[in-house]
Amino acid sequence: MLLKETELKKLANKVRIHVLKMVFSAQSGHIGGAFSSTEMLVSLYFHEMNFNPKKPDWSERDHFILSKGHACAAQYACMALAGYFSENELMTFRKLNSRLQGHPAAHDLPGIEASNGPLGFGLSIANGIALGKRLDKINSFTFVLMGDGELQEGMIWEAAMNSSQHKLNKLIAFVDWNNLQIDGKVSEIKEVSPISKKFEAFGWNALECNGHDFNELISAIQKAKQSKEKPTVIVCKTIKGKDVSFMENQCDWHGVAPNQEQFDKALNELIIKGESLGK
Amino acid sequence: MENERKATREGYGDALLELGKQNKNVVALDADLAKSTKSNKFGKQFPERFFDVGIAEQDLIGTSVGLSITGKIPFASSFAIFICGRGYEPIRNALSYSSFNVKLAGSHSGLMTGEDGATHQCIEDISLMRVIPTMKVIQPLDYWEAYSAVFKMSELNGPMYLRLCREKSPVFFDSNYEFELGKSNILMEGKDASIIGCGPILENALIAAELLKEKNISVEVINMASIKPLDEKQVLNSANKTGLIFSLEDHSILGGLGSSISEFLSSTKPTKVVRIGVPDLFGESGKPKELWHKYGLDAESIMKTIELNLKEK
Repeated sequence: MLLKETELKKLANKVRIHVLKMVFSAQSGHIGGAFSSTEMLVSLYFHEMNFNPKKPDWSERDHFILSKGHACAAQYACMALAGYFSENELMTFRKLNSRLQGHPAAHDLPGIEASNGPLGFGLSIANGIALGKRLDKINSFTFVLMGDGELQEGMIWEAAMNSSQHKLNKLIAFVDWNNLQIDGKVSEIKEVSPISKKFEAFGWNALECNGHDFNELISAIQKAKQSKEKPTVIVCKTIKGKDVSFMENQCDWHGVAPNQEQFDKALNELIIKGESLGK
Repeated sequence: MENERKATREGYGDALLELGKQNKNVVALDADLAKSTKSNKFGKQFPERFFDVGIAEQDLIGTSVGLSITGKIPFASSFAIFICGRGYEPIRNALSYSSFNVKLAGSHSGLMTGEDGATHQCIEDISLMRVIPTMKVIQPLDYWEAYSAVFKMSELNGPMYLRLCREKSPVFFDSNYEFELGKSNILMEGKDASIIGCGPILENALIAAELLKEKNISVEVINMASIKPLDEKQVLNSANKTGLIFSLEDHSILGGLGSSISEFLSSTKPTKVVRIGVPDLFGESGKPKELWHKYGLDAESIMKTIELNLKEK
C-alpha cells in the first residue's frame, strides 16, 4: 500500500533526526547533503522502489546507487526504517567495526549495491546494472542519485553518453541541486547549470522539480518510469541542510559535526517540525 | 624453444571468444581499442554481450562493476596505461574495495610496445595494481599461458589484472597447459644464479642463460606469471639453491615483480636480489629490441649483469 504525503513527510523528519544523531554521535559525517537528499531517498524507499529487505539480492529488485555517497547517513536511516537492519545499529555509523561505513561499502552491508563516496562513479555503475538486467530480460528500474557538484567530474559525462547510447529507458537519475559544494557555491566554483539542457544534449529526458516536495517528486518519478527510449534525469532543486534553520544553505555544514549546543538546537527544531505533522 | 611466435594479446582474444561460447555470463567491454586488445573477436561473435564504452576508461571500470552486480563476469580491456592509469581510482574504490568480480586486461605493456613511445609504454601497471588489496596480478609468458589464464580468471571470484603485450613472442606452451594462480614454473634448471621474471621478455633470459652455459655458468630461469599472489615457495627455493636472484621484467624496477621478490625475501631469507627492468626513466620511440638493448633488458645486458654480480658473490 502506498503511503500518503503526510506519512512520507513524517518519515523524512525521522530520517533527519536519525542523521543528526548519527553524525553527532560519531562527531563526523555529512549532514548538509544528507538533508538535501532526504525526500528523494524517502520517495524511493517508501513509495517508488521495489525491493525486499529480507532478500536484498532478489534479482528482480529495483537497484539504487547513491553516487553522492557522503550522504549515506540518510540512506542508512531509510534502510533501517525500511527493515534492512535495526534502528539501533544506526548509532554505530562511522565507528570501528561498523557495517555503516563513512561512505557506503557494498561488501559490508546487504542492500548497498555498490561502494561510493569518491564522486563520479555512480552513473557508470548504474549503466552497468541496467545493461546487465536488460541482458537477463529483467524489467526493473535502476535509480542513481548524484550531487550537483559531482557533475563537475568528467566520468559522469562519459557515463551520460553511454546511458543514451544504449537507450537505457529504465534508468532514472536524480541530481540533488543544492548549489553548494565544499569550497563554496557550485555556480561560483564551476557552474554546472543548465543541468537539464546538458543532459538533454546528451540524449536524455530531463525533468525538474522541487526536491523537497513529495507530490512533485513522485509525479516526476512516475513520468520517468514511462520513458520508452531515453534515460531520464530528474533535476531536484533542494536546500542543503534543509529543516534546520542555521544549517540551511550553509556550505560549512557539508562535512562538519555539530557540538552539543548546536545538536540540541537542531534536534529541537526537527522535533517541532515532526510534531507539526501530527501524530 | 619453438619457432612459432604469437602475441599474448592474441591469447587473450582467442580465449575470451571461446569462454564466451562456454559461459553466457561472460561479457566483454573495451574503450575503443577492441581491435588492438583483440576483444573484438568476442564482440563480433556476441554483439549483445559486448560493450564498447568509447574512449572513456573510468566509465569502462564503472560499467563493468555494474554488470558484475547483476551476476555477469565482465572482462574489460584497453591499453595497460589507460586502463590502469586513467582507470586507477575507480579500479581501487568502485571495483576492488568491494571485491567485485571484474577481470581487467591491459595490452601494450612495457617498452616492448615500441614505436608509439613513452606515453603508450606502460611500465608502472604491475606496481599500481599490486598495491591494491584484493587485486590479483598476472603476466603470462606466452600465448597459451594467456589463453589459460583467461579461463582461470573466469573461475575465480574477485578483481584480477592480466598484463598483455602487443608484440609477437615465442610460444613455449601448448593447448594442454594450465595456468595456476600462485604457481610459477621452471623454464631452465641451474645452480649458480636464478632469474625470476615475467612475460615475453623471459626469452632474453633464456638466451642469456644459454650464452652463460658456454662459460660454465649455470642459471635457472623461472617464469613467475603469477605476480600477485607470488609463488613464495619457489622464490624461497631459488634463494636457498642459488643464493643470487635476478628479477626480470619489462616494467619499472620500482614496484614491480623485482620489488615484490625483494620485499618477500628481505623478511624471510635476506638474499641479494638484482632487479633487471626499466630504470627509473621514461621510455621512447624505437623498435622493441632496440629499446631493450638501450635500457639494459636484452640478452647481452642480462648476461653481463649476471657475470658482474657472480664475480662479487
